[in-house]
Amino acid sequence: MIARLKSLALELMLPVLLLVLWWVVSAGSTSPYFPSLKDIFQTFANTWLFERVGTDLVPSLLRFGAGLSLALVAGIALGVWLGLRPLARRAADPIIDFFRAMPQVALVPVAIIFLGIGDWMKIAIIAFGSVWPVLLNTIDGVRSVDPNMLEMVRVYGVPRSERIRRVVLPAASPQIFVGARLALSIALILMVVSEMVASTNGLGYFVLLSQQTFAIPEMWSGIILLGLIGYAVNLIFVVFEHRMLAWHRGWRSAALGQPVDSKPRRGATGPAAKPDNLVERTPQTAHTEVPECSK
Amino acid sequence: MSGAPPTLPATRLTAWSLPRWLVPLSSVVGLLALFEVLSKTGVIRPDELPAPTTIFKALVDEFDSGTASARAWETLQGWALGFGIATLVGIPAGILIGSSRLAYRLVRLIIEFLRPIPPVAVLPLAVLLWGTGIEMKTYLVAISAFFPILFQALYGVQDVDPVARDTVRAYGLSPAAQFRHVVIPSAAPYIATGLRLSASIALIVAVAQEIIVGSTGIGYAINQVRNANDISGMYAYILLAGLMGLVITVVFRAIEARVLHWHASQRQEAVS
Repeated sequence: MIARLKSLALELMLPVLLLVLWWVVSAGSTSPYFPSLKDIFQTFANTWLFERVGTDLVPSLLRFGAGLSLALVAGIALGVWLGLRPLARRAADPIIDFFRAMPQVALVPVAIIFLGIGDWMKIAIIAFGSVWPVLLNTIDGVRSVDPNMLEMVRVYGVPRSERIRRVVLPAASPQIFVGARLALSIALILMVVSEMVASTNGLGYFVLLSQQTFAIPEMWSGIILLGLIGYAVNLIFVVFEHRMLAWHRGWRSAALGQPVDSKPRRGATGPAAKPDNLVERTPQTAHTEVPECSK
Repeated sequence: MSGAPPTLPATRLTAWSLPRWLVPLSSVVGLLALFEVLSKTGVIRPDELPAPTTIFKALVDEFDSGTASARAWETLQGWALGFGIATLVGIPAGILIGSSRLAYRLVRLIIEFLRPIPPVAVLPLAVLLWGTGIEMKTYLVAISAFFPILFQALYGVQDVDPVARDTVRAYGLSPAAQFRHVVIPSAAPYIATGLRLSASIALIVAVAQEIIVGSTGIGYAINQVRNANDISGMYAYILLAGLMGLVITVVFRAIEARVLHWHASQRQEAVS
């Protein structure tokens, strides 16, 4: 117990120290761009508890959620379909590569032309921008499903939908999560950008407007809120991933002759999880990220 | 390991002896031809999505006048400067933090908190501090590329095989030699992945702030020609942005493939 408290104190030491330092140094600040931390906190409380929650925070989160959900559903569905069909996959490859590699924010003007500047434009651009990493990683994941296992369930006459649900999707899920995490950060960027370019509400709009009207503490409060949202969304994702992939870690640890999930040296997925991801891909399909060790 | 499982249809295709590039090529050509026809026949309104040939022609025109290459260069400059700074700071910082258990635990929470912040969120602050010039672009690109690089380097160093580390220590290799022969090779694939991911995020951020605050570059050009109602010009610049992203990705994937190739073969030897 005491050891745990000590370890917590160690990890909290520097962050707390930095916050205190910021507070003290900025206390008598006369710089217009760096208001005192006290002012920022006060503005934060005035603005986001809960005056602008309904007008700016909720719309942003809804667009983000809708866009990302669309990207996940479309990316996984299309990824499974393409992953099981080598010919179609090779036909789609260059198109997917192009859109994955392009800076998706450049498509915001196109979205405006087709969809105006309403919510649907933002949802569409978030979905279209973040679908590619999901799609690529799903295809990679489906391709690495053990072909013998696929053959076996086919021979046993397991219906197609069941094969996908019980064999293909679980086997591909670690890779799908890697893609989903990348999609998450792209979706956040696109949410902010689309609101900064053409919007009448939302967090991106609020932050940019505050800067343009020199409401600097408000701008800071918005930036901090965006940071908190990024952190929270990431945390939710990690917890979800941890639960969904619990079987995977256990299986892999067992395969490597290690005790199942007993105190991983560090991180959620454990050290054994990492090299696999690097080894199992050919350079042509190397779109994947090393899963991260957040906890 | 099974990068590409031996599937039946692939074998069948080789039996037909089709060149490998034929399928991807024909799908791209087919898609472009489809858009050409749809646009020329007015099924898609040409003022919303012009025909591919019109877009290509607009791109060639922009290059002829020298504007396209100038804008591309401006975007590339901000991207390269920021990315370079992020690399120079991020890799050593990641290696340092990853090498020390204490350092890692001290900064862990700070990194965990700062990393998921969407980099464009601090754009307004950057504009206040640096205006809309190249300094601002460099700064924003640098911070957006910094965290993926730092994180991957840190993780790579921590993931060194403990047996290998203990072995070289037991054999009495100097710390410098341990670092060179064990830590760096094992961290390199992670760092290469981090570089590729942050290179593409950095380009997104560079173009985003050109579109939003109008610092000059491809994003700015997209807005400019759109305001001049030159829709095919707009698509031409978007295509240019896409091609730039493609080149960057291909280059970094090649780097990664080299490092990973070494890594994979090394592991297979270790396993067998």
